[in-house]
Amino acid sequence: MTDTAPAAGPVRRLAGALYRRPRLQLSLLLSAPTAWLVLAYLGSLTVLFLSAFWTTDSFTSNVVKIWNTDNFTALFTTDVYRQVALRSVGVALAVTALCVLIAFPIAFYTARIAHPRWRPLLVVAILTPLWASYLVKAYAWRLILAQGGLLDWVLGPLGLKGPGYGLTATVLVLTYLWLPYMILPIHAGLEQLPDSLLDASADLGARTGRTFRSVVLPMILPSVAAGSVFTFSLSLGDYIAVQIVGGKTQLIGNLIYSNITLDLPLAAALGTVPVVIIVLYLLAVRRTGALSSL
Amino acid sequence: MNLSRPARITLRIAAALGFAVIYVPLFLVLVNSLNPDRSSGWPPPGLTFEWWADAWHSSGARDALWTSVKAGLGATAIALVLGTLIAFACQRYRFFGRDAISFVVVLPIALPGIVTGVALNTAFRTVLEPLGVGLGLFTVIVGHATFCIVVVFNNVIARLRRMPGSYEEAAMDLGAHSFRTYLDITFPLVRSALVAGGLLAFALSFDEIVVTTFTAGPGIQTLPVWIFSNMARPQQAPVVNVVAAVLVLLSVIPIYLAQRLSSDTASGSRI
Repeated sequence: MTDTAPAAGPVRRLAGALYRRPRLQLSLLLSAPTAWLVLAYLGSLTVLFLSAFWTTDSFTSNVVKIWNTDNFTALFTTDVYRQVALRSVGVALAVTALCVLIAFPIAFYTARIAHPRWRPLLVVAILTPLWASYLVKAYAWRLILAQGGLLDWVLGPLGLKGPGYGLTATVLVLTYLWLPYMILPIHAGLEQLPDSLLDASADLGARTGRTFRSVVLPMILPSVAAGSVFTFSLSLGDYIAVQIVGGKTQLIGNLIYSNITLDLPLAAALGTVPVVIIVLYLLAVRRTGALSSL
Repeated sequence: MNLSRPARITLRIAAALGFAVIYVPLFLVLVNSLNPDRSSGWPPPGLTFEWWADAWHSSGARDALWTSVKAGLGATAIALVLGTLIAFACQRYRFFGRDAISFVVVLPIALPGIVTGVALNTAFRTVLEPLGVGLGLFTVIVGHATFCIVVVFNNVIARLRRMPGSYEEAAMDLGAHSFRTYLDITFPLVRSALVAGGLLAFALSFDEIVVTTFTAGPGIQTLPVWIFSNMARPQQAPVVNVVAAVLVLLSVIPIYLAQRLSSDTASGSRI
């Protein structure tokens, strides 16, 4: 800081000129990112969903720009599409429920039972799998669930067999993949739970179960809702894990994927299904006030 | 909380089981990279480092790794610039559409990857191809940057919210113009948030497969795409095992870095 004397150089004049024009500053800040996100990204999304109303020449697979709602009619009347859509929502709900069940004890132990000295280490232990590759984790489960793999080996002496590749495997693997996204918000919620509330509940004669139902559960419900946004929407759009461990299982993502090259308008129409469901889910969750704590 | 003894023990056991379930697959990946059995059967009949040597010489894996690093660095650079710009605009100014902007930033990561991927693919083919720019590494970087902006934005805006404006006012009172104030005061204060955001953005890009599938040109393979296409090939399985093990080991690095950064940065959450 040697130039403390304000010499009116060009840089200083520019800085001053900008300082007096906040609107200009704002437009300079925003022009590049809005061009990118609104024009490029939202623009291409809009075109994609408009193309759902177009159709495809069945010989050449070229898109024909004639406005019609055939694709949506097909979507609502074809049994396969309806089944797959319902199955996808079912899988997403099952994954979310399993994540809550598994995440709660881990989060509770880490936040309130473990010795305070170990707690930061346990949080790191929860975070580390988040950074391991998605594909590697799905691949690990492919090995575990393979015929003669780890699960068969563990269950063999008990006279049981692993589920093999299929719908069950898909739910298991998606649960594993998104579990940390559920543990973290629940852990944060439990950590913020004031001790005085739990003490008060005990002083008033409530046992563990009652305190849990009447105090803990209502307080961490927003955290569960926040976590479920991730587990639900990430499961709903997934098609890679299904390809790796799903066997012949088809979810909505696979249907979109398999239609892209041959019938883009139909794929676009199918793509509206997860988007609409996710937006509705987000709106429903927003009513619980969970999104503001994200 | 005054838990009853059985409840405490049950929770302890459930948590231990939970942690076991989280770590067994990762551990299995490490062991399997040493498994001499080509079909990765369990239990492994012995241990070998043969596959590690094979993987070291596998040109496919090396090229893919290099492509991933280039794509990650490019996307991170763009995301750092755009994310910081939006964060400053949203935190320092009040304007029409501010909430909408912060919503649009989240959208690319909230929507299913396949929707974003197909949308970008169609846009690239209709807009760029007439200009003579085909799908390639460049389009991968553009696609990745789009969903990486949000992590930089979140980190920077969180820092700006917590930063008192008085430091900048003091600098200006002492005669610094806006650029000097930015360089000497604002930038050093947001630097660690930028590092954290950049780290998250790079990790997000490095791990991405769906958008990559739809934006990569022929011959462009990032590491996840390479793993995915070689996973089902029996003769490539040992090399895939080694690459997977390397990725598991590498995931310790960002955790370590994030721990060294200040605690207010969202070190773990990717979103």
